Amino acid sequence: MKFGVVVFPGSNCDHDTHHALATVLGRPVDFIWHQSEDIAGFDAIILPGGFAYGDYLRTGAIARFSPVMRAVTKFAKSGGLVLGICNGFQVLLESGLLPGAVLRNAGLRFVCRHVYIRVEHTDTPFTRAARPGQVLKIPIAHSDGNYFCDDATLHDLERNGQILFRYVSPDGRESAEWNPNGALSNIAGVINHERNVAGLMPHPERAAESLLDSADGLVILRSMIDSLARRESQSVGASVAERVPA
Amino acid sequence: MIDTEICVTPTLAAEHGLSLDEYARVQKILGRDPNITELGIFSVMWSEHCSYKSSKVHLKRLPTKGPQVVQGPGENAGVVDIGSGWVAAFKIESHNHPSFVEPFQGAATGVGGILRDIFTMGARPIAVLDSLRFGPITEGQGATSAEVSRNRRIVDGVVRGIGFYGNCFGVPTVGGEVAFEPCYSANPLVNALALGVARRDELFFARARGVDNPVIYVGAKTGRDGIHGASLLASAEFTEESQQKRPNVQVGDPFLEKLLLEACLEAMHTGAVVAIQDMGAAGLTCSTCEMASRGSTGIEIDLALVPQRETGMSPYEIMLSESQERMLLVAERGREEEVLCVFRKWELDAVVIGRVTSGGLLRVLDHGRLVAEIPAHPLAEEGPVYSRPLAPPAKPSRAETLVAFAPQGTNLTENFAKLLAAPAIASKRWIVQQYDHMVRTNTVVAPGAGDAALVRVKDTGRGLALAVDGNGRWCHLEPRLGAMHAVAEAARNVACVGARPLAATNCLNFGNPEKPEIMWQFSEVIDGMGEACRALGVPITGGNVSFYNETLGHAIYPTPAIGVLGILDDDSHALHMGFRAPGDAILLLDGAGAAAAEAAAPADLEREFSSSEYARTIRSIVAGTPPAIDFAAEKRLIDSLTALAVMGLLHSAHDLSDGGLAVALAESGFASFFATESLGAHVALQGTEPAEWALFGERGARAVVTAPQAALAAVEQIAAQYQLGLRKLGTVTQGIFRIEYNGREVVSSPVARLRASWADSLEQALAAR
Amino acid sequence: MKAHVWVMPKQSVLDPQGKTIQHALASLGFAAVKDVRQGKFFVLDLDGMSRDEAAKQVERISRDVLANLVIEDFRFVIVE
Repeated sequence: MKFGVVVFPGSNCDHDTHHALATVLGRPVDFIWHQSEDIAGFDAIILPGGFAYGDYLRTGAIARFSPVMRAVTKFAKSGGLVLGICNGFQVLLESGLLPGAVLRNAGLRFVCRHVYIRVEHTDTPFTRAARPGQVLKIPIAHSDGNYFCDDATLHDLERNGQILFRYVSPDGRESAEWNPNGALSNIAGVINHERNVAGLMPHPERAAESLLDSADGLVILRSMIDSLARRESQSVGASVAERVPA
Repeated sequence: MIDTEICVTPTLAAEHGLSLDEYARVQKILGRDPNITELGIFSVMWSEHCSYKSSKVHLKRLPTKGPQVVQGPGENAGVVDIGSGWVAAFKIESHNHPSFVEPFQGAATGVGGILRDIFTMGARPIAVLDSLRFGPITEGQGATSAEVSRNRRIVDGVVRGIGFYGNCFGVPTVGGEVAFEPCYSANPLVNALALGVARRDELFFARARGVDNPVIYVGAKTGRDGIHGASLLASAEFTEESQQKRPNVQVGDPFLEKLLLEACLEAMHTGAVVAIQDMGAAGLTCSTCEMASRGSTGIEIDLALVPQRETGMSPYEIMLSESQERMLLVAERGREEEVLCVFRKWELDAVVIGRVTSGGLLRVLDHGRLVAEIPAHPLAEEGPVYSRPLAPPAKPSRAETLVAFAPQGTNLTENFAKLLAAPAIASKRWIVQQYDHMVRTNTVVAPGAGDAALVRVKDTGRGLALAVDGNGRWCHLEPRLGAMHAVAEAARNVACVGARPLAATNCLNFGNPEKPEIMWQFSEVIDGMGEACRALGVPITGGNVSFYNETLGHAIYPTPAIGVLGILDDDSHALHMGFRAPGDAILLLDGAGAAAAEAAAPADLEREFSSSEYARTIRSIVAGTPPAIDFAAEKRLIDSLTALAVMGLLHSAHDLSDGGLAVALAESGFASFFATESLGAHVALQGTEPAEWALFGERGARAVVTAPQAALAAVEQIAAQYQLGLRKLGTVTQGIFRIEYNGREVVSSPVARLRASWADSLEQALAAR
Repeated sequence: MKAHVWVMPKQSVLDPQGKTIQHALASLGFAAVKDVRQGKFFVLDLDGMSRDEAAKQVERISRDVLANLVIEDFRFVIVE
């Protein structure tokens, strides 16, 4: 089981993600340079937070054209696990691997603080270690995290169970007061229809050690590890393309 | 020599800020008249900002040595040993004038500049703090609505600028301080402090060595931005006219700087880099002559090779440009390709523009044509040095108005709520939320969660604590004593998160040094800082002086911002300031000792109290003298706090400063910025002094700590061992905050009400724009 | 040859920046301003192609890169 963390010019949570997976969870991780189209040997890809290409034009807009994204798209289409965190989520939205887009925060300012998100579905490779409805305390740090999609898309997302995380109060209630950026329907993270590509604005890698206030983010990372372990035991030696998404 | 189109005269030199004597000195060094390019070079290098000509004689009096000091003042940053083969590089620097002219870009490029100073040393930046001073952001006490709205715009721009740069670069902004006083209305202060870590054997210095080694320019292209920023903007007072200087302000690109950081660190790892310096103030001029001077070599460059963003730039403009995100490095001859290759990978411009030479000359060519030739060492190190006249300000003829204490038994709850809402004391959540303070996942004590910020150094298990402090009002009333308190408070803050103070950095913000009373303030502050640093064992490893903080003849308060770095051997021992559990014992630790202090004369209490935040906010009085300082007491408190942290006996620790005991108790209850429920306190105090003094007095060497009842005996034992005064004040509560004084209730309120005035006041003033 | 490209938030999408500007204008006394939309303006310098080719290319550039069609619309003109 090997994780790949993509490094775009301007990624700045790449080392944090590496640390959470390698040091805290003891899993093999390697960086993948944005110019590389070779991602053979990786079982899950994480697009980390940061300001890829300075976030010039729009967040994630230029990163989606980098060579590594061609490979990531292929990997995703063949069922590989892909997680986008914050800026990585924005890249996935821009590249069309996930539905919707993000707007400037409703408050028009960068917001860095802990928020509470509710796990909406536990039947995914990214949340299988969570209890249904579990509330996670995880930090956000962004100025463009205001999730948006049109009504038809929102309807689809709801119907297909693709809204993975919602901003809530510490006791799990939805309300505008606990939505930090104005996101539509309090959406903090979504998953694709095939359930192998997910993205969220909060940073699970920043909530991986209780020394840093919360270790709730481990639920997401452990879910991925669990899922990969299941896949390995189900189809030893099989290629990614043959694997069935969890 | 060429470039004869413009004839250099003493008048032209004067327009460049060089006096007749200074110009004569230039002629003597060169043995001839300078040409226009050379005049430009001398004028920036000998500007106050770059040469420290007014401050040098005084700065020598500061302690700069200690076994922990690896590099003292004189390099890009100070460096101290933190054990296990690691070092910490840190430095604070001002960007006051640019931040007034254009708050957003001024603050952003201030952060960019200090970050480059750190990674130039080979250290990866791991934290930024900011010390900010603004004019009033609320009306009243003489502040007009026009002034207030301008100040709010400045605060907004500065905060967004700091966030913009640090957030994108990927360094956490973990703390700092902000204060508001009328004297900063037309002269805001923006001081940025950065901290980085490196392996001790991988440090880099800015010393050009090895004749014929190539000199390489990397980073952003050179444009006309910021020309004369150092010599004019930062070395003269503001007048109506200088407000027109807007086009000279530099624009920052944090994305480019992030690439520059990664590329520089990677290039350093090749082993092919000999020396490196960033191009900050005075750009190419400063980096070439300083590297040559420190390396006892010369440098020759050809400006035609310098990557340029604009066309038709003259040698004068290229040499003086302050375009951001540029570095100059010297590589080992024959290995330049290894270095260039790294920069190509990061898609950055990197060009060999010259070479190291023998003979000590800075030679500047333009398409092979010589346009400047100056001995590097005299240019960099032998600039003018002034012992400017000093004079204490004349004492006012009228007696000061001092605080008259409220009669015994007065209920102080309303005043207390008002004090909590004062911008200097109120929650800084609105500001710190705009900064990414968690990136790099090292922030153990986040902004507002402790008296200092604490970041861990992942590979060592250790934590580094940083606090920056400086009470301008106290320095205004008594410069020497005020400066001592600045050092003591920063050291105390570091100890309150459990860390042992190691070393200090300083940013000295003053008015016009050509005025004897300003120079007197400066000299006094240096002496106060020096004495405090010696007494507390924290040598000064670097910093920066910012003079000419005057607008239309009005100077700011003398404002030293002192950053103290501390170390915690085990990051899991970090202390936070928030109360943890109802029922915990609240204790006051007092370094002054167990014996009750001799009762002070009422007049002395009034004088002392008149310098407090309470006097300023509630009574509109700024007068008197700051509290006396007792270094032995400060040292005892610091030592005992670090011992208590290691033993894990405490649940919280918070020092007493602005607003005194009552504010410290309330802040500990409000705890973290993001706590959903605040805790309160029920304490009972006794004393002979007026209640206001007991609640809001700001005498040093004290801290409020909490401990579970079961740990009380052990805490008492440590206190006794360190000859520390320990008073049991009461217990942590839920819901109600109550203080009794000599058996009478003086403050009583639901915690939620107090919290609301504290939590929302800054946001109400600033967010509603 | 130059192309001017305007990218604007879609009418159906809330534009928080525009809304804030409108609010600020109202408080400054410009009550007549009922709505503000904030967008982006690009100037592309094109070389070595016909006007028709340029129009085709700018159309593609705008659709694929400059605008995000989930939240934005664009329009462009070829000038000079």
